[in-house]
Amino acid sequence: MTGGMRRACLGAAGIVAVPGAAQLAMQAGGTGQKVFPLPSTVLASTWGMASDGTFWSSAAATAGAWAEAMAVSAAIAVPLGLVLGSVPWLEYAVRPVIEFARPVPSIATLPLVLLIVQDNTKTEVAVIALAAIWPILINTVYGLREVDPVARQTLQSFGFGPLSVAWRVSLPSAAPFIATGVRIAASIAFVVAIAAELLGSGMNGIGSYLTLAESGTGGLSPILAVAVWSGLLGLAINGALEAAERRAFRWHHQLSAALAGAA
Amino acid sequence: MRRLTAAGARLAVLAATLGCWQWAAKSAASPYFLPPVTILADMHQQWFSGPAAHLWLNSDGTGNLLPSLGRMLGGLAAAGLAGTALGIAIGRIQVLSDLTGPVIHFCRAIPPPAMVPVFLFIFRIGTPMETAAITFGVIWPVLLNAIDGAQHVHPGHMETARAFRLGPAQRLLRVILPSAAPKIFAGLRVALAVSMVLMIVSEAEGSTDGIGRELSIAQANLDIPVMWAVIVLLGLLGIALNAAFLLAERRALAWQHAAALTG
Repeated sequence: MTGGMRRACLGAAGIVAVPGAAQLAMQAGGTGQKVFPLPSTVLASTWGMASDGTFWSSAAATAGAWAEAMAVSAAIAVPLGLVLGSVPWLEYAVRPVIEFARPVPSIATLPLVLLIVQDNTKTEVAVIALAAIWPILINTVYGLREVDPVARQTLQSFGFGPLSVAWRVSLPSAAPFIATGVRIAASIAFVVAIAAELLGSGMNGIGSYLTLAESGTGGLSPILAVAVWSGLLGLAINGALEAAERRAFRWHHQLSAALAGAA
Repeated sequence: MRRLTAAGARLAVLAATLGCWQWAAKSAASPYFLPPVTILADMHQQWFSGPAAHLWLNSDGTGNLLPSLGRMLGGLAAAGLAGTALGIAIGRIQVLSDLTGPVIHFCRAIPPPAMVPVFLFIFRIGTPMETAAITFGVIWPVLLNAIDGAQHVHPGHMETARAFRLGPAQRLLRVILPSAAPKIFAGLRVALAVSMVLMIVSEAEGSTDGIGRELSIAQANLDIPVMWAVIVLLGLLGIALNAAFLLAERRALAWQHAAALTG
Protein backbone atom coordinates (compact mmCIF):
# COMPACT_ATOMS: atom_id res chain seq x y z
CA MET A 1 0.00 0.00 0.00
CA THR A 2 2.93 2.31 0.71
CA GLY A 3 3.90 1.99 -2.97
CA GLY A 4 0.46 3.24 -3.92
CA MET A 5 0.71 6.09 -1.41
CA ARG A 6 4.10 7.08 -2.73
CA ARG A 7 2.82 7.03 -6.27
CA ALA A 8 -0.22 9.14 -5.37
CA CYS A 9 1.97 11.70 -3.58
CA LEU A 10 4.43 11.92 -6.46
CA GLY A 11 1.57 12.19 -8.96
CA ALA A 12 -0.01 15.03 -6.99
CA ALA A 13 3.42 16.68 -6.78
CA GLY A 14 3.71 16.41 -10.57
CA ILE A 15 0.32 18.04 -11.08
CA VAL A 16 1.48 20.98 -8.94
CA ALA A 17 5.09 21.05 -10.10
CA VAL A 18 4.57 21.25 -13.89
CA PRO A 19 2.51 24.47 -13.96
CA GLY A 20 4.40 25.73 -10.89
CA ALA A 21 7.78 25.43 -12.60
CA ALA A 22 6.40 27.15 -15.70
CA GLN A 23 5.05 29.95 -13.51
CA LEU A 24 8.39 30.51 -11.75
CA ALA A 25 10.38 30.34 -14.99
CA MET A 26 8.09 32.79 -16.74
CA GLN A 27 8.04 35.21 -13.82
CA ALA A 28 11.82 35.06 -13.41
CA GLY A 29 12.64 35.36 -17.09
CA GLY A 30 9.66 37.41 -18.15
CA THR A 31 9.85 35.50 -21.43
CA GLY A 32 6.99 34.74 -23.73
CA GLN A 33 4.40 36.51 -21.63
CA LYS A 34 3.15 38.34 -24.69
CA VAL A 35 1.88 35.06 -26.15
CA PHE A 36 1.66 32.68 -23.20
CA PRO A 37 -0.40 33.65 -20.18
CA LEU A 38 1.02 32.78 -16.75
CA PRO A 39 -0.29 29.44 -15.44
CA SER A 40 -1.85 31.36 -12.55
CA THR A 41 -3.83 33.46 -15.05
CA VAL A 42 -5.04 30.31 -16.82
CA LEU A 43 -5.98 28.81 -13.46
CA ALA A 44 -7.93 31.94 -12.57
CA SER A 45 -9.84 31.87 -15.84
CA THR A 46 -10.52 28.15 -15.45
CA TRP A 47 -11.90 28.88 -11.98
CA GLY A 48 -13.94 31.80 -13.33
CA MET A 49 -15.40 29.62 -16.07
CA ALA A 50 -16.93 27.38 -13.39
CA SER A 51 -19.54 30.07 -12.78
CA ASP A 52 -20.02 31.00 -16.45
CA GLY A 53 -23.52 29.92 -17.46
CA THR A 54 -22.78 30.22 -21.19
CA PHE A 55 -19.91 27.75 -20.91
CA TRP A 56 -22.00 25.23 -19.03
CA SER A 57 -24.91 25.45 -21.44
CA SER A 58 -22.40 24.85 -24.25
CA ALA A 59 -20.95 21.90 -22.35
CA ALA A 60 -24.49 20.56 -21.83
CA ALA A 61 -25.16 20.86 -25.59
CA THR A 62 -21.97 18.92 -26.37
CA ALA A 63 -22.87 16.29 -23.78
CA GLY A 64 -26.39 16.01 -25.23
CA ALA A 65 -25.18 15.48 -28.79
CA TRP A 66 -22.56 13.05 -27.49
CA ALA A 67 -25.12 11.00 -25.56
CA GLU A 68 -27.60 10.92 -28.44
CA ALA A 69 -24.88 9.85 -30.88
CA MET A 70 -23.71 7.12 -28.51
CA ALA A 71 -27.27 5.80 -28.22
CA VAL A 72 -27.73 5.86 -32.01
CA SER A 73 -24.37 4.14 -32.60
CA ALA A 74 -25.08 1.40 -30.06
CA ALA A 75 -28.59 0.88 -31.46
CA ILE A 76 -27.13 0.33 -34.94
CA ALA A 77 -23.81 -1.34 -34.18
CA VAL A 78 -24.86 -3.91 -31.57
CA PRO A 79 -27.65 -5.62 -33.60
CA LEU A 80 -25.55 -5.41 -36.75
CA GLY A 81 -22.59 -6.89 -34.89
CA LEU A 82 -24.80 -9.67 -33.51
CA VAL A 83 -25.90 -10.59 -37.03
CA LEU A 84 -22.39 -10.39 -38.52
CA GLY A 85 -20.92 -12.27 -35.57
CA SER A 86 -23.50 -15.08 -35.75
CA VAL A 87 -23.27 -15.57 -39.51
CA PRO A 88 -19.56 -16.05 -40.28
CA TRP A 89 -19.89 -16.17 -44.09
CA LEU A 90 -21.79 -12.87 -44.06
CA GLU A 91 -19.12 -11.27 -41.89
CA TYR A 92 -16.43 -12.60 -44.22
CA ALA A 93 -18.17 -11.18 -47.28
CA VAL A 94 -18.97 -7.77 -45.79
CA ARG A 95 -15.56 -7.24 -44.14
CA PRO A 96 -13.93 -5.50 -47.17
CA VAL A 97 -16.83 -3.05 -47.41
CA ILE A 98 -16.35 -2.23 -43.71
CA GLU A 99 -12.59 -1.91 -44.14
CA PHE A 100 -13.14 0.59 -46.94
CA ALA A 101 -15.74 2.63 -45.10
CA ARG A 102 -14.00 2.74 -41.72
CA PRO A 103 -10.89 4.82 -42.59
CA VAL A 104 -13.01 7.70 -43.92
CA PRO A 105 -12.65 10.40 -41.25
CA SER A 106 -16.27 11.10 -40.34
CA ILE A 107 -15.54 14.79 -39.81
CA ALA A 108 -14.93 15.12 -43.58
CA THR A 109 -18.57 14.22 -44.20
CA LEU A 110 -19.82 17.14 -42.09
CA PRO A 111 -20.46 19.66 -44.92
CA LEU A 112 -22.32 17.06 -46.98
CA VAL A 113 -24.38 15.77 -44.06
CA LEU A 114 -25.22 19.36 -43.11
CA LEU A 115 -26.52 20.00 -46.63
CA ILE A 116 -28.62 16.84 -46.63
CA VAL A 117 -30.00 17.02 -43.10
CA GLN A 118 -30.32 20.82 -42.92
CA ASP A 119 -30.19 20.74 -39.12
CA ASN A 120 -27.18 21.54 -36.93
CA THR A 121 -27.85 19.17 -34.05
CA LYS A 122 -28.89 16.24 -36.23
CA THR A 123 -25.79 16.75 -38.37
CA GLU A 124 -23.54 16.76 -35.32
CA VAL A 125 -25.16 13.57 -33.99
CA ALA A 126 -24.85 11.86 -37.39
CA VAL A 127 -21.18 12.80 -37.82
CA ILE A 128 -20.31 11.65 -34.29
CA ALA A 129 -22.24 8.39 -34.80
CA LEU A 130 -20.39 7.77 -38.06
CA ALA A 131 -17.15 7.65 -36.06
CA ALA A 132 -18.47 5.92 -32.93
CA ILE A 133 -20.17 3.03 -34.72
CA TRP A 134 -16.96 1.23 -35.75
CA PRO A 135 -15.37 0.33 -32.41
CA ILE A 136 -18.74 -0.93 -31.11
CA LEU A 137 -19.41 -2.97 -34.24
CA ILE A 138 -15.97 -4.53 -34.37
CA ASN A 139 -15.91 -5.35 -30.66
CA THR A 140 -19.38 -6.91 -30.88
CA VAL A 141 -18.32 -9.15 -33.77
CA TYR A 142 -15.13 -10.05 -31.90
CA GLY A 143 -17.07 -10.78 -28.71
CA LEU A 144 -19.39 -13.17 -30.52
CA ARG A 145 -16.41 -15.22 -31.67
CA GLU A 146 -15.64 -15.91 -28.02
CA VAL A 147 -19.09 -17.33 -27.24
CA ASP A 148 -18.88 -20.82 -25.79
CA PRO A 149 -20.15 -23.10 -28.60
CA VAL A 150 -21.29 -25.76 -26.11
CA ALA A 151 -23.61 -23.30 -24.37
CA ARG A 152 -25.02 -22.21 -27.72
CA GLN A 153 -25.52 -25.74 -28.99
CA THR A 154 -27.10 -26.80 -25.70
CA LEU A 155 -29.78 -24.16 -26.08
CA GLN A 156 -30.23 -25.02 -29.74
CA SER A 157 -30.72 -28.70 -28.96
CA PHE A 158 -33.37 -27.77 -26.40
CA GLY A 159 -35.26 -26.17 -29.27
CA PHE A 160 -34.53 -22.50 -28.64
CA GLY A 161 -34.74 -20.40 -31.82
CA PRO A 162 -31.82 -18.29 -33.11
CA LEU A 163 -33.21 -15.08 -31.57
CA SER A 164 -33.61 -16.74 -28.23
CA VAL A 165 -30.08 -18.12 -28.39
CA ALA A 166 -28.75 -14.67 -29.28
CA TRP A 167 -30.60 -13.10 -26.37
CA ARG A 168 -29.77 -15.75 -23.75
CA VAL A 169 -26.24 -16.80 -24.65
CA SER A 170 -24.52 -14.70 -27.30
CA LEU A 171 -25.43 -11.23 -26.05
CA PRO A 172 -24.58 -11.81 -22.37
CA SER A 173 -21.28 -13.46 -23.17
CA ALA A 174 -20.31 -10.79 -25.72
CA ALA A 175 -21.44 -7.98 -23.38
CA PRO A 176 -18.01 -7.29 -21.81
CA PHE A 177 -16.48 -6.89 -25.28
CA ILE A 178 -19.34 -4.64 -26.37
CA ALA A 179 -18.79 -2.51 -23.26
CA THR A 180 -15.12 -2.07 -24.14
CA GLY A 181 -16.16 -1.01 -27.65
CA VAL A 182 -18.59 1.50 -26.17
CA ARG A 183 -15.87 2.94 -23.92
CA ILE A 184 -13.46 3.37 -26.88
CA ALA A 185 -16.27 4.86 -28.98
CA ALA A 186 -17.17 7.28 -26.18
CA SER A 187 -13.81 9.01 -26.18
CA ILE A 188 -13.68 9.12 -30.00
CA ALA A 189 -17.20 10.58 -29.96
CA PHE A 190 -16.14 13.36 -27.59
CA VAL A 191 -13.23 14.29 -29.89
CA VAL A 192 -15.43 14.29 -33.01
CA ALA A 193 -18.15 16.30 -31.22
CA ILE A 194 -15.75 19.16 -30.54
CA ALA A 195 -14.25 18.94 -34.04
CA ALA A 196 -17.75 19.12 -35.55
CA GLU A 197 -18.65 22.15 -33.44
CA LEU A 198 -15.47 23.89 -34.56
CA LEU A 199 -16.18 23.25 -38.26
CA GLY A 200 -19.96 23.70 -38.38
CA SER A 201 -20.79 27.35 -37.92
CA GLY A 202 -23.94 27.95 -35.90
CA MET A 203 -23.66 24.76 -33.88
CA ASN A 204 -23.97 24.87 -30.13
CA GLY A 205 -21.36 23.33 -27.84
CA ILE A 206 -17.86 23.51 -26.40
CA GLY A 207 -16.37 23.87 -29.90
CA SER A 208 -18.59 26.86 -30.67
CA TYR A 209 -17.75 28.37 -27.28
CA LEU A 210 -14.08 28.01 -28.26
CA THR A 211 -14.68 29.85 -31.53
CA LEU A 212 -16.29 32.62 -29.48
CA ALA A 213 -13.37 32.71 -27.03
CA GLU A 214 -10.97 32.88 -29.97
CA SER A 215 -12.56 36.04 -31.31
CA GLY A 216 -12.81 37.58 -27.81
CA THR A 217 -10.35 39.98 -26.22
CA GLY A 218 -9.27 37.67 -23.42
CA GLY A 219 -6.27 36.28 -25.31
CA LEU A 220 -5.07 32.73 -24.81
CA SER A 221 -6.09 32.14 -21.21
CA PRO A 222 -9.86 31.62 -21.75
CA ILE A 223 -9.06 29.30 -24.68
CA LEU A 224 -6.72 27.26 -22.48
CA ALA A 225 -9.33 27.27 -19.73
CA VAL A 226 -11.79 25.62 -22.12
CA ALA A 227 -9.13 23.03 -22.96
CA VAL A 228 -8.63 22.35 -19.23
CA TRP A 229 -12.35 21.92 -18.65
CA SER A 230 -12.78 19.67 -21.66
CA GLY A 231 -9.86 17.56 -20.39
CA LEU A 232 -11.64 17.24 -17.04
CA LEU A 233 -14.87 16.28 -18.84
CA GLY A 234 -12.93 13.70 -20.88
CA LEU A 235 -11.48 12.23 -17.68
CA ALA A 236 -14.95 12.14 -16.11
CA ILE A 237 -16.49 10.34 -19.11
CA ASN A 238 -13.73 7.76 -19.24
CA GLY A 239 -13.65 7.27 -15.47
CA ALA A 240 -17.42 6.80 -15.25
CA LEU A 241 -17.47 4.24 -18.09
CA GLU A 242 -14.50 2.33 -16.69
CA ALA A 243 -16.15 2.15 -13.27
CA ALA A 244 -19.46 1.03 -14.78
CA GLU A 245 -17.69 -1.62 -16.81
CA ARG A 246 -15.85 -2.96 -13.76
CA ARG A 247 -19.08 -3.09 -11.74
CA ALA A 248 -21.25 -4.65 -14.43
CA PHE A 249 -18.80 -7.29 -15.53
CA ARG A 250 -17.20 -8.35 -12.27
CA TRP A 251 -18.51 -11.86 -13.03
CA HIS A 252 -16.69 -11.83 -16.37
CA HIS A 253 -13.32 -10.96 -14.84
CA GLN A 254 -13.84 -13.47 -12.03
CA LEU A 255 -14.87 -16.11 -14.55
CA SER A 256 -11.90 -15.54 -16.82
CA ALA A 257 -9.57 -15.54 -13.80
CA ALA A 258 -11.12 -18.79 -12.58
CA LEU A 259 -10.86 -20.36 -16.03
CA ALA A 260 -7.23 -19.29 -16.30
CA GLY A 261 -6.64 -20.84 -12.87
CA ALA A 262 -8.33 -24.10 -13.84
CA ALA A 263 -6.33 -24.33 -17.05
CA MET B 1 -7.82 -22.89 -54.10
CA ARG B 2 -10.51 -22.49 -51.44
CA ARG B 3 -8.82 -19.34 -50.28
CA LEU B 4 -8.74 -18.02 -53.80
CA THR B 5 -12.49 -18.51 -54.30
CA ALA B 6 -13.14 -16.92 -50.92
CA ALA B 7 -11.07 -13.88 -51.86
CA GLY B 8 -12.91 -13.76 -55.17
CA ALA B 9 -16.24 -13.79 -53.32
CA ARG B 10 -15.05 -10.89 -51.20
CA LEU B 11 -14.03 -8.85 -54.21
CA ALA B 12 -17.39 -9.68 -55.82
CA VAL B 13 -19.24 -8.32 -52.77
CA LEU B 14 -17.16 -5.15 -52.87
CA ALA B 15 -17.78 -4.75 -56.60
CA ALA B 16 -21.48 -5.45 -56.16
CA THR B 17 -21.70 -2.80 -53.43
CA LEU B 18 -20.05 -0.25 -55.69
CA GLY B 19 -22.31 -1.33 -58.58
CA CYS B 20 -25.45 -0.91 -56.47
CA TRP B 21 -24.25 2.50 -55.33
CA GLN B 22 -23.59 3.51 -58.95
CA TRP B 23 -26.99 2.24 -60.11
CA ALA B 24 -28.95 3.70 -57.17
CA ALA B 25 -27.29 7.11 -57.36
CA LYS B 26 -27.70 7.25 -61.11
CA SER B 27 -31.38 6.34 -61.07
CA ALA B 28 -32.16 8.58 -58.09
CA ALA B 29 -30.34 11.47 -59.82
CA SER B 30 -30.21 13.26 -56.46
CA PRO B 31 -27.85 16.24 -56.30
CA TYR B 32 -26.57 14.95 -52.93
CA PHE B 33 -25.71 11.33 -53.71
CA LEU B 34 -23.20 11.10 -56.53
CA PRO B 35 -22.38 7.82 -58.30
CA PRO B 36 -18.80 6.57 -57.69
CA VAL B 37 -17.78 6.93 -61.35
CA THR B 38 -18.70 10.62 -61.24
CA ILE B 39 -16.77 11.05 -57.97
CA LEU B 40 -13.67 9.44 -59.48
CA ALA B 41 -13.95 11.71 -62.52
CA ASP B 42 -14.28 14.73 -60.21
CA MET B 43 -11.22 13.60 -58.23
CA HIS B 44 -9.27 13.21 -61.45
CA GLN B 45 -10.20 16.70 -62.59
CA GLN B 46 -9.64 18.23 -59.16
CA TRP B 47 -6.19 16.83 -58.36
CA PHE B 48 -4.91 14.16 -60.71
CA SER B 49 -5.05 15.60 -64.23
CA GLY B 50 -1.37 16.62 -64.19
CA PRO B 51 1.62 15.16 -66.06
CA ALA B 52 3.11 11.81 -65.09
CA ALA B 53 6.36 13.54 -64.09
CA HIS B 54 4.42 15.23 -61.29
CA LEU B 55 2.86 11.93 -60.19
CA TRP B 56 -0.20 13.03 -62.18
CA LEU B 57 -0.83 15.83 -59.72
CA ASN B 58 -2.03 19.09 -61.26
CA SER B 59 -1.40 22.48 -59.65
CA ASP B 60 -4.36 22.04 -57.31
CA GLY B 61 -2.99 18.64 -56.33
CA THR B 62 0.55 19.83 -55.62
CA GLY B 63 -0.78 22.96 -53.90
CA ASN B 64 -3.16 21.17 -51.54
CA LEU B 65 -2.53 17.43 -51.27
CA LEU B 66 1.22 17.69 -50.74
CA PRO B 67 1.04 20.29 -47.92
CA SER B 68 -1.64 18.25 -46.16
CA LEU B 69 0.36 15.04 -46.46
CA GLY B 70 3.51 16.84 -45.32
CA ARG B 71 1.78 18.20 -42.21
CA MET B 72 0.30 14.82 -41.34
CA LEU B 73 3.53 12.90 -41.80
CA GLY B 74 5.52 15.69 -40.13
CA GLY B 75 3.20 15.62 -37.11
CA LEU B 76 3.34 11.84 -36.95
CA ALA B 77 7.15 11.85 -37.21
CA ALA B 78 7.52 14.53 -34.54
CA ALA B 79 5.11 12.71 -32.23
CA GLY B 80 6.85 9.40 -32.95
CA LEU B 81 10.31 10.75 -32.11
CA ALA B 82 9.30 12.85 -29.10
CA GLY B 83 6.89 10.21 -27.80
CA THR B 84 9.51 7.46 -28.06
CA ALA B 85 12.30 9.50 -26.45
CA LEU B 86 10.15 10.79 -23.59
CA GLY B 87 8.35 7.48 -23.19
CA ILE B 88 11.53 5.47 -22.80
CA ALA B 89 12.96 7.95 -20.30
CA ILE B 90 9.74 7.95 -18.28
CA GLY B 91 9.29 4.20 -18.58
CA ARG B 92 12.81 3.38 -17.35
CA ILE B 93 12.91 5.86 -14.45
CA GLN B 94 10.31 4.95 -11.83
CA VAL B 95 10.23 8.38 -10.09
CA LEU B 96 9.65 10.07 -13.42
CA SER B 97 6.74 7.81 -14.30
CA ASP B 98 5.14 8.36 -10.86
CA LEU B 99 5.60 12.12 -11.15
CA THR B 100 4.28 12.49 -14.68
CA GLY B 101 1.54 9.81 -14.69
CA PRO B 102 -1.45 11.98 -13.73
CA VAL B 103 -0.22 14.94 -15.83
CA ILE B 104 0.02 12.72 -18.92
CA HIS B 105 -3.39 11.17 -18.30
CA PHE B 106 -4.92 14.60 -17.97
CA CYS B 107 -3.31 15.94 -21.15
CA ARG B 108 -4.39 12.85 -23.04
CA ALA B 109 -7.99 13.38 -21.93
CA ILE B 110 -8.09 16.81 -23.58
CA PRO B 111 -9.90 16.32 -26.91
CA PRO B 112 -7.16 17.37 -29.39
CA PRO B 113 -9.46 19.54 -31.57
CA ALA B 114 -9.94 21.79 -28.52
CA MET B 115 -6.21 22.58 -28.72
CA VAL B 116 -6.42 23.77 -32.34
CA PRO B 117 -7.48 27.32 -31.32
CA VAL B 118 -4.58 27.36 -28.81
CA PHE B 119 -2.02 26.58 -31.51
CA LEU B 120 -3.73 29.00 -33.88
CA PHE B 121 -3.27 31.71 -31.26
CA ILE B 122 0.41 30.85 -30.73
CA PHE B 123 1.57 30.18 -34.30
CA ARG B 124 -1.04 32.10 -36.32
CA ILE B 125 -2.00 30.77 -39.75
CA GLY B 126 0.48 28.41 -41.40
CA THR B 127 2.11 25.00 -41.45
CA PRO B 128 3.75 25.19 -37.96
CA MET B 129 0.30 25.56 -36.41
CA GLU B 130 -1.17 22.54 -38.18
CA THR B 131 1.88 20.41 -37.50
CA ALA B 132 1.82 21.37 -33.81
CA ALA B 133 -1.90 20.55 -33.55
CA ILE B 134 -1.38 17.15 -35.20
CA THR B 135 1.67 16.41 -33.02
CA PHE B 136 -0.25 17.23 -29.84
CA GLY B 137 -3.13 15.05 -30.96
CA VAL B 138 -1.11 11.96 -31.79
CA ILE B 139 1.69 12.00 -29.22
CA TRP B 140 -0.35 10.46 -26.37
CA PRO B 141 -0.92 6.95 -27.73
CA VAL B 142 2.76 6.80 -28.77
CA LEU B 143 4.01 8.14 -25.42
CA LEU B 144 1.80 5.86 -23.32
CA ASN B 145 2.72 2.80 -25.37
CA ALA B 146 6.43 3.67 -25.27
CA ILE B 147 6.26 4.03 -21.48
CA ASP B 148 4.47 0.70 -21.24
CA GLY B 149 6.93 -0.97 -23.59
CA ALA B 150 9.98 0.40 -21.75
CA GLN B 151 8.55 -0.69 -18.39
CA HIS B 152 8.00 -4.24 -19.54
CA VAL B 153 11.37 -5.14 -20.99
CA HIS B 154 12.06 -8.80 -20.21
CA PRO B 155 14.14 -8.76 -16.99
CA GLY B 156 16.27 -11.62 -18.33
CA HIS B 157 17.26 -9.50 -21.32
CA MET B 158 18.28 -6.61 -19.07
CA GLU B 159 20.32 -8.93 -16.85
CA THR B 160 22.03 -10.45 -19.86
CA ALA B 161 22.89 -6.97 -21.12
CA ARG B 162 24.32 -6.15 -17.69
CA ALA B 163 26.28 -9.39 -17.58
CA PHE B 164 27.85 -8.54 -20.93
CA ARG B 165 28.60 -5.06 -19.57
CA LEU B 166 26.76 -3.21 -22.26
CA GLY B 167 26.92 0.53 -21.69
CA PRO B 168 23.77 2.59 -21.26
CA ALA B 169 23.70 3.58 -24.95
CA GLN B 170 24.09 -0.03 -26.06
CA ARG B 171 21.44 -1.17 -23.62
CA LEU B 172 19.07 1.49 -24.96
CA LEU B 173 19.66 0.69 -28.63
CA ARG B 174 20.00 -3.08 -28.41
CA VAL B 175 17.62 -4.07 -25.63
CA ILE B 176 15.12 -1.42 -24.56
CA LEU B 177 14.25 0.15 -27.90
CA PRO B 178 13.74 -3.13 -29.79
CA SER B 179 11.58 -4.59 -27.06
CA ALA B 180 9.38 -1.45 -26.88
CA ALA B 181 9.19 -1.11 -30.68
CA PRO B 182 6.06 -3.25 -31.29
CA LYS B 183 4.06 -1.19 -28.79
CA ILE B 184 5.38 2.08 -30.25
CA PHE B 185 4.29 0.99 -33.74
CA ALA B 186 0.86 0.04 -32.40
CA GLY B 187 0.57 3.49 -30.84
CA LEU B 188 1.48 5.15 -34.13
CA ARG B 189 -1.16 3.19 -36.00
CA VAL B 190 -3.82 4.28 -33.50
CA ALA B 191 -2.56 7.84 -34.01
CA LEU B 192 -3.08 7.71 -37.76
CA ALA B 193 -6.87 8.17 -37.68
CA VAL B 194 -6.61 11.01 -35.17
CA SER B 195 -3.95 12.75 -37.27
CA MET B 196 -6.34 12.87 -40.22
CA VAL B 197 -9.15 14.44 -38.17
CA LEU B 198 -6.74 17.07 -36.86
CA MET B 199 -5.37 17.74 -40.33
CA ILE B 200 -8.88 18.57 -41.53
CA VAL B 201 -9.87 20.64 -38.49
CA SER B 202 -6.62 22.61 -38.27
CA GLU B 203 -6.54 23.36 -42.00
CA ALA B 204 -10.17 24.42 -42.01
CA GLU B 205 -9.50 26.69 -39.01
CA GLY B 206 -6.25 28.31 -40.00
CA SER B 207 -4.68 27.59 -43.36
CA THR B 208 -4.49 28.99 -46.85
CA ASP B 209 -4.09 25.57 -48.48
CA GLY B 210 -4.58 21.87 -47.86
CA ILE B 211 -7.38 19.32 -48.13
CA GLY B 212 -9.11 20.67 -45.02
CA ARG B 213 -9.07 24.17 -46.48
CA GLU B 214 -10.55 22.87 -49.75
CA LEU B 215 -13.28 21.16 -47.76
CA SER B 216 -14.18 24.35 -45.91
CA ILE B 217 -14.27 26.28 -49.21
CA ALA B 218 -16.57 23.58 -50.63
CA GLN B 219 -18.72 23.94 -47.52
CA ALA B 220 -19.04 27.69 -48.08
CA ASN B 221 -19.82 27.25 -51.80
CA LEU B 222 -22.17 24.27 -51.29
CA ASP B 223 -19.89 22.47 -53.77
CA ILE B 224 -21.12 18.87 -53.45
CA PRO B 225 -18.75 17.25 -56.02
CA VAL B 226 -15.68 18.55 -54.11
CA MET B 227 -17.16 17.37 -50.79
CA TRP B 228 -17.53 13.85 -52.20
CA ALA B 229 -14.09 13.98 -53.78
CA VAL B 230 -12.54 14.93 -50.41
CA ILE B 231 -14.44 12.17 -48.56
CA VAL B 232 -13.33 9.46 -51.01
CA LEU B 233 -9.78 10.80 -51.23
CA LEU B 234 -9.38 10.76 -47.44
CA GLY B 235 -10.81 7.25 -47.23
CA LEU B 236 -8.33 6.00 -49.83
CA LEU B 237 -5.52 7.90 -48.13
CA GLY B 238 -6.43 6.28 -44.81
CA ILE B 239 -6.32 2.81 -46.35
CA ALA B 240 -3.01 3.52 -48.13
CA LEU B 241 -1.31 4.98 -45.04
CA ASN B 242 -2.53 2.14 -42.84
CA ALA B 243 -1.19 -0.40 -45.33
CA ALA B 244 2.13 1.47 -45.54
CA PHE B 245 2.39 1.48 -41.75
CA LEU B 246 1.69 -2.24 -41.54
CA LEU B 247 4.33 -2.89 -44.18
CA ALA B 248 6.92 -0.71 -42.43
CA GLU B 249 6.04 -2.35 -39.14
CA ARG B 250 6.45 -5.84 -40.56
CA ARG B 251 9.80 -4.85 -42.08
CA ALA B 252 11.08 -3.18 -38.93
CA LEU B 253 9.91 -5.98 -36.69
CA ALA B 254 10.81 -8.88 -39.01
CA TRP B 255 13.55 -9.98 -36.60
CA GLN B 256 10.91 -10.40 -33.96
CA HIS B 257 8.86 -12.92 -35.90
CA ALA B 258 12.07 -14.74 -36.72
CA ALA B 259 13.04 -14.74 -33.05
CA ALA B 260 9.60 -15.97 -32.07
CA LEU B 261 9.89 -18.85 -34.54
CA THR B 262 13.38 -19.96 -33.55
CA GLY B 263 13.13 -19.13 -29.86
